[in-house]
Amino acid sequence: MPEAILKVFRGEKDSGTFETYKVPIEEGMVVLDAIHYIQQNNDPSLAVRWNCKAAKCGSCSAEVNGRPALLCKSRMDKFEPGQEITVQPIKTFPHLKDLVTDVSWNYEVNKKITPFTPAPDANWTFYQEDIERVQEFRKCIECFLCQDVCHVLRDHNRKDAFYGPRFMVRMASLEMHPLDTANRLKSIKEDAGIGMCNITKCCTEVCPEDIHITDNAIIPMKERVVDEFYDPIGKFLKSIFAGK
Amino acid sequence: MANYEVHEHDVLVIGAGGAGLRAAIEASAQGVNVGLVCKSLLGKAHTVMAEGGVAAALANVDEQDDWKVHFVDTMNGGKGMNNWRMAQLHAQEAPERVRELERWGAVFDRTKEGKILQRAFGGHKYKRLCHVGDRTGLEMIRTLQDQGIHRGFNVYMECAVTKLLKDGDRISGAFGYYREDGRYVLFKAKAIVLATGGVGKAFTVTSNSWEYTADGQALAYDAGADLIDMEFVQFHPTGMVWPPGVRGILVTEGVRGEGGILTNSEKKRFMRDYLPESTKSEFSVDDEESKRWVEAAIAGQKTDAKRPPELSTRDNVARAIYTEVKEGRGSPHGGVFLDISYQDAARVRKKLPSMYHQFKDLADVDITAGPMEVGPTMHYIMGGIRVEADTQQTRVPGLFAAGECSGGMHGANRLGGNSLSDLIVFGRLAGLGAAEYVKGLGNNALAINNDHIEAAIKEMDEPFEIGKQADAKNPYDIQKELNQIMSTYVGIFRNEEDLTTGIAKLKNLKEQVKKAGVKGSKVFNPGWHMCRDLTNMMIASEAIAHSALSRKESRGAHSRLDFTELDPELAKFNTSISKDGDAMKLEKTAKPVMPEELKELFAKKETK
Ligand code: SF4
Ligand code: SF4
Ligand code: FES
Repeated sequence: MPEAILKVFRGEKDSGTFETYKVPIEEGMVVLDAIHYIQQNNDPSLAVRWNCKAAKCGSCSAEVNGRPALLCKSRMDKFEPGQEITVQPIKTFPHLKDLVTDVSWNYEVNKKITPFTPAPDANWTFYQEDIERVQEFRKCIECFLCQDVCHVLRDHNRKDAFYGPRFMVRMASLEMHPLDTANRLKSIKEDAGIGMCNITKCCTEVCPEDIHITDNAIIPMKERVVDEFYDPIGKFLKSIFAGK
Repeated sequence: MANYEVHEHDVLVIGAGGAGLRAAIEASAQGVNVGLVCKSLLGKAHTVMAEGGVAAALANVDEQDDWKVHFVDTMNGGKGMNNWRMAQLHAQEAPERVRELERWGAVFDRTKEGKILQRAFGGHKYKRLCHVGDRTGLEMIRTLQDQGIHRGFNVYMECAVTKLLKDGDRISGAFGYYREDGRYVLFKAKAIVLATGGVGKAFTVTSNSWEYTADGQALAYDAGADLIDMEFVQFHPTGMVWPPGVRGILVTEGVRGEGGILTNSEKKRFMRDYLPESTKSEFSVDDEESKRWVEAAIAGQKTDAKRPPELSTRDNVARAIYTEVKEGRGSPHGGVFLDISYQDAARVRKKLPSMYHQFKDLADVDITAGPMEVGPTMHYIMGGIRVEADTQQTRVPGLFAAGECSGGMHGANRLGGNSLSDLIVFGRLAGLGAAEYVKGLGNNALAINNDHIEAAIKEMDEPFEIGKQADAKNPYDIQKELNQIMSTYVGIFRNEEDLTTGIAKLKNLKEQVKKAGVKGSKVFNPGWHMCRDLTNMMIASEAIAHSALSRKESRGAHSRLDFTELDPELAKFNTSISKDGDAMKLEKTAKPVMPEELKELFAKKETK
């Protein structure tokens, strides 16, 4: 049986090394299968998060050969035979053990977002064409790969000033809901720090749900923020033509 | 004495899928102090995997629908084994619970009139499943999660409970550990709601995630509650069969709901041959009528055509596929073919986006261009912790249960779509029941027995001690063996000989479990967690095997090759499993009798 060579980061709280493992390859195997193989046959204490094994829960985020990816979606046959496959934890969040990081910051950020606020007398009639965009955003599986790759968080560690692309998507899903009445623009500008995003689109590239984070969520919100705070006349004109 | 963290809540909810989140939201709304414990990160529970939809008689698409039809469908699907009161509450309250989700921000697919769209599903007479493409579970859990985080209850993520604590016969708390670093934690709580899901990890081929290790069932059993009807294990007819790494992963019934066709290697559409006589009249008579039904469904038009035979109940379809494969008419990888590729590709991608990606990314199959290969996968357990229908309280005062870990609602076979609705209907009732119970206790102080804590700590420390010994067993090897036993001897078709063999093998395996050991530290150590999970899975597996042996008939998901007929007498009793000292006790207890006014709903149907 052909074998793959995996180099997996092992250790606690950043201090660790890459350990090498040989794993027999099965047809259609993904990297998470290989990690499970190691867990079952070499070392049951190997730490990894996973739930669904079908790219639906967003638990198994890691960096495979340096690229942020879901382990359960990373096919082994995408690599050259004999090529070493390195697997390491996502970099942007504090390391706990092996492939597991502390992503609790994201849950704290989520709490700060003004929740869905429908009008008390809403009649709950709205149409498919009104929600295509919102449904795109709601596909998010909270894998935090976009958070991992965004340079504002990854390289500059500005978690104090920037919510990150995942939560831009979340705020956009609320802002664009046809029955939402809250105004989050001030918070999008000041708390979420949308101005720190310089539209590199790295987040969009890694999103396993193919959400157009930058084009569909961030840029329209940037425009709304500009209208609201820097261009009151434009905002007035737009409101006449657009309705919201 | 070892160190542990202490927290205090009125109500502690264990499990944060749909049922647990809904319970926590409700209990909080009732003004009591709530804690929510989950084994994974918030929002990752198995609810996320539910695809096809949530069943509720909103009558947005088929206006003839109402709760009574839903109730009758549910009882028929469950072959009369359902707790009638739960089935009634479920059918009556599901529409309001779904509307509530919408008010909390869920964005369901719409009808042309701008209402929540509903699709057809197996066993449902009318189009009843509210859905968001094929990711309805994700929509539900995210909605509840985003609602929950603003309700002021505490969430303990990646935390597992290993022991329920009692003061006399009342619940007084729970003991557990954090997965992250292995530190121990004591929760003082006046009431506990179990919402831990199912038992899938006891089987080889399953749609369930690692979390499904029968925790709630085992904790309740240990605390003195009883488990009913554990023999009823649902094998979902359509799981992926290839590649090996994804074997068992769910292929939504929505594919068939949208018109997917099942064929064997001889290109024969076989489902019509497997329809039970009693339900034949509900299905189309030929492929032409099926085609008219599908076309009308796609166009959103009414039709007098009846639904295709692929939409029979899950137990039937699973047995049909199993039989086709066994008799040599299977697909190359040991399944059958499920085909939706005859429909417009863009529509398939829109209605079944995650199926499209799942097959494309994981199996290199384009479902808009050709058929999928599918086969049965262990999916759900209908049996579970016995609860009172209206409050979800078990027979242990202060202990409640909701969702898959509880039993009764689905009888001998669950209809697709009735699980998500179950979660929100009974999650809410459990939260309400627990809050009421706590208020009724008043200032009654509850004690925690220190010896119980010491014992719980010792149990958790042990695998490291064992791990130092030469004959220590790898917990994953034991799990593999358990899977083998359950899938071979307690699987989709059963007989006395197999079940007896299975029970004997489980008994031997129990000795192995005692030798499960690990090395390394307590910091995020999955092997260590598995040692504890094995104990839970063993309890549930034995309960399933003994219950299956005791039911000498075939009913719903329980198929006995040595008793192929249904025995009407046996619908009058639940199989009850409880702990009797160190032994497992099995009893047949009288099932609650349905009142006359509900019985009439069935009488009417038969004269039709
Ligand atoms: S587009 Fe903006 S949010 Fe996305 S990675 Fe670049 S800077 Fe970050
Ligand atoms: S937006 Fe995409 S990349 Fe970011 S968390 Fe959601 S699914 Fe992951
Ligand atoms: S395990 Fe769920 S996304 Fe990979």
